[in-house]
Amino acid sequence: MRTLYYILQKEFTQIFRNRSMLPVIFVMPLVQMLILVFAATNELRQVDLAIVDFDQSALSRKLTAEITGNPFFVVRQNPASTQDAEELLMRNKIDLALVIPRNFDKDLTISKKADVQILVDAINGMAAQLSLGYLSNVIGNYSQKILVKTGKPDPGMMKSIDIKPTYWFNPQLNFKYYMAPGILVVLITVIGILLGGMNLVREKELGTIEQINVTPIKKWQFIAGKLLPFLAIGLFDLAFGLLIARLAFNIPIRGSMPLLFGMASIYLVLVLSLGLFISTISDTVQQATFVTFFMLIVFILMSGLFTPVESMPDWAQKLDYANPLYYFVKIMRSIILKGSNFPDIFNEFAALSVFAVSMFGLAIFRYKKTS
Amino acid sequence: MITKEPVITVKNMVKKFGSFVANDNLSFEVYKGEIFGFLGANGAGKTTAIRILCGLSSPTSGQMNVAGFDVYRQTEKIKQNIGYMSQKFSLYEDLTVYENIRFYGGVYGMNIADRKARTTEMLDRLELTAYKNRKIGDLPLGWKQKLAFSIAILHNPKIVFLDEPTGGVDPITRRQFWNLIYEAVEKGITVFVTTHYMDEAEYCDRVSIMADGRIVALDTPEKLKEQYNAANMDEVFLKIAR
Repeated sequence: MRTLYYILQKEFTQIFRNRSMLPVIFVMPLVQMLILVFAATNELRQVDLAIVDFDQSALSRKLTAEITGNPFFVVRQNPASTQDAEELLMRNKIDLALVIPRNFDKDLTISKKADVQILVDAINGMAAQLSLGYLSNVIGNYSQKILVKTGKPDPGMMKSIDIKPTYWFNPQLNFKYYMAPGILVVLITVIGILLGGMNLVREKELGTIEQINVTPIKKWQFIAGKLLPFLAIGLFDLAFGLLIARLAFNIPIRGSMPLLFGMASIYLVLVLSLGLFISTISDTVQQATFVTFFMLIVFILMSGLFTPVESMPDWAQKLDYANPLYYFVKIMRSIILKGSNFPDIFNEFAALSVFAVSMFGLAIFRYKKTS
Repeated sequence: MITKEPVITVKNMVKKFGSFVANDNLSFEVYKGEIFGFLGANGAGKTTAIRILCGLSSPTSGQMNVAGFDVYRQTEKIKQNIGYMSQKFSLYEDLTVYENIRFYGGVYGMNIADRKARTTEMLDRLELTAYKNRKIGDLPLGWKQKLAFSIAILHNPKIVFLDEPTGGVDPITRRQFWNLIYEAVEKGITVFVTTHYMDEAEYCDRVSIMADGRIVALDTPEKLKEQYNAANMDEVFLKIAR
């Protein structure tokens, strides 16, 4: 134990003497929380569109007015032909085009049924679906109004079930509430997986590890010495990030803080051990960085942070059982937003614990004092 | 001081890297209290051998015993009983002189009073007391080397392994460095040193000369000079390596 004390004393001295550490500890959480939480949003603020009105009738103008009146849509142009609208789409001038065909008014009045065409720029699939959804809603509302006005209400349509959703745990569907816990996960993951590992592989590059390897320091002591300081820094940054989330976004923190930090400790042991394991198999900082970044990108994109895990194919969802971020994003959102208790997240806890213990063991095993 | 009691016994030591044979069947003994020199050109296999004896590298075959412990099974016990100074300076340059001493004294399990006494004595001897709170990275190379050696013997090991300890330092500093080595020997520490400075070979009690992974000569400097009819070790080396 005394040996570990001297190792930790040395590690902490080196960490706090390193000029680039302080910015990493304080600036990174600030930047990530204040910029990424706003940036990583699925909410659409504005859609640019063009309306091609071949009909030029009372009803088509009413529809146009309906859309123009919606603050969400900005009608950029009213081209004369579909080709012109397509041209605008091509040149990224608009996000979507609405084409109202000739006889729109007539069809709607006589047969109570008319078609319109919507051209959507689907380069960004998510935004395309959202803007299409909004526009369909506007048109849907409009047609309801027309039907009511023209008197002959279609019985089926009027009796359609009116759904009034209540969004639990996030009643206003505030995207920031949803993203902030996730961005915090990314924050402490990056700290965990990079700092510990880089520190170890740096000793390899400098050759100082050679002097360590001829001492009677035990392998677990050396690995623990690389892990514990960054565990402390990770937990500190989690607290700091939560404070920013609370002050900047007024995010509700419903669950127990000791539970949250307990889970975070297990998670940090896991990612730190993973980073340390990577550096035991790498010879240079460059190699270790490359492998780490590759894993980070896969882990983050598959974590359910930006896209729901449920919409991934079945095999990919199964792969996620090996993704530490998948569990921890779930745990963080559950504890912070839902106020989940220990029994609610027991499965995730169990999985993370098993991974953490095995990874820590693996890192110790793979670190060789004798090559 | 020198006895015939071996502290290092090496029998048929072989180390291969793929098909390259770095150490080809080495056999020798190092006696307690002597300065044993390992000479040879760059790439002769000196560093490989020293790394195996320190437990940093595993041998391909052979029987090796260091400080009474087996190189295969008791590597960690060996490490408690030896000191090592590598070719490449490997103390922490971002830590101060004092912090490096505290760390290494600590991990070798020295008790605090003992460590403090030794630290004072050592800084005094090296005339570094005024610099003890300087970062090691800011010190000149010669000072660093002397400090590295002193830290390697801080915990009073039975044997200290020095891998080209005087590489790149000026003649005066080299002379001072060898004085430190003699002082260590007086305390009963056995010194195993590799070098390619032939004048340093004269300071050793016995030297072994390596070429292409083999030991081609092993004796006292005097006997080697006699045997090869040479005026100094430089000539001996050139005659052997020729």
